[in-house]
Amino acid sequence: MGLELYLDLLSQPCRAVYIFAKKNGIPFELRTVDLLKGQHHSDDFAQVNPLKKVPALKDGDFTLAESVAILLYLSRKYETPDHWYPQDLQARARVDEYLAWQHTALRTSCTRTLWQKMMFPVFLGQQVPPETLASTLAELDRCLQLFEDKFLKDQDFLAGSHISVADLVAITELMHTLP
Amino acid sequence: MGLELYLDLLSQPCRAVYIFAKKNSIPFELRTVDLRKGQHLSDAFAQISPLQKVPVLKDGDFTLTESVAILLYLTRKYKVPDHWYPQDLQARARVDEYLAWQHTALRRNCLRALWHKVMLPVFLGEPVSPEMLAATLAKLDVTLQVLEDKFLQDKAFLAGPHVSLADLVAITELMHPVGAGCQVFKDRPKLAAWRQRVEAAVGEVLFQEAHEVILKAKNSQPADPIIKQKLMSRVLAMIQ
Repeated sequence: MGLELYLDLLSQPCRAVYIFAKKNGIPFELRTVDLLKGQHHSDDFAQVNPLKKVPALKDGDFTLAESVAILLYLSRKYETPDHWYPQDLQARARVDEYLAWQHTALRTSCTRTLWQKMMFPVFLGQQVPPETLASTLAELDRCLQLFEDKFLKDQDFLAGSHISVADLVAITELMHTLP
Repeated sequence: MGLELYLDLLSQPCRAVYIFAKKNSIPFELRTVDLRKGQHLSDAFAQISPLQKVPVLKDGDFTLTESVAILLYLTRKYKVPDHWYPQDLQARARVDEYLAWQHTALRRNCLRALWHKVMLPVFLGEPVSPEMLAATLAKLDVTLQVLEDKFLQDKAFLAGPHVSLADLVAITELMHPVGAGCQVFKDRPKLAAWRQRVEAAVGEVLFQEAHEVILKAKNSQPADPIIKQKLMSRVLAMIQ
């Protein structure tokens, strides 16, 4: 059995992994885990990822959780073009910096925005108090400003002149807020 | 000007960076940023880092935030022993996996435990309800179980047989609730044994030195009212 990727494209980190693998021609079996159907709670899936989250990777006997770890694993194993995770010390540090910051910043804001603006009211039929939504959107705005001012600045991409995994993670995060 | 590290050892990620640099004899100028005095909010520090957080690394004109990025930068630039961030594909992936997971899991719960149990009431004079504290400690407990069951398992260290960046980040995280008076290692012999191994690998003297500040957190002087006002919204956002 070759590489398997357990994904639901509803999930931002899954999209980043999916795009990365496809773009780089990395052969894999797609194993869809339907989050809205609660498939991530199944016993079978717990064997792949006891954290019960997607994305998850299975490469023979080796299983791996966390999209950032998966992206880096794939970039190394499949020796993807340098720009995705540049060898240059400072450029690579910029990618690492974004990948670390986003967990508790843009990612959190984008996820909250999607859930409070759409998923709770539409999917779960639960209204979200206007103050809560307003506060979430204000925080999203603040993160977006930081994203522009501190990370992107006047560069073409987050780590400099070429696209990297940082941009991939960021763009898939921002797509979460579009609906 | 050589390498500068802007740190406050009250902060968990600062402790990890401090220990790593000292352990690997990486020469640096320590620039202390006293968080409880609001020094991270000064204009001077905003010139160093507009995000107004610690740790920050400054290497000539190159400035870097985020402790994980800083640890990886130091690892590569100073060519530290392999075990800290192993070349082996799978071992390295295990370190990456922990470093990614911890942000919203162990780190978050340890931070909340410290602030709900000690820092909010003692330093900021803001009482925390027993229910809120109980809920926070319960979540910490769940996360500690995940740390044991999913990450440590029956291994000596988180990523395998040798100490790595993952262990350093984890142990400094756990010292946060320890500093708050939570007995996280009681009734957890596996974690307690792992802690001993990590301390031994780091060196007792360095470990104690790095943790002197957090272990005295309960004795924090109440914040100056002006400082408190500046800090409150940021603190609440941080522990949300």
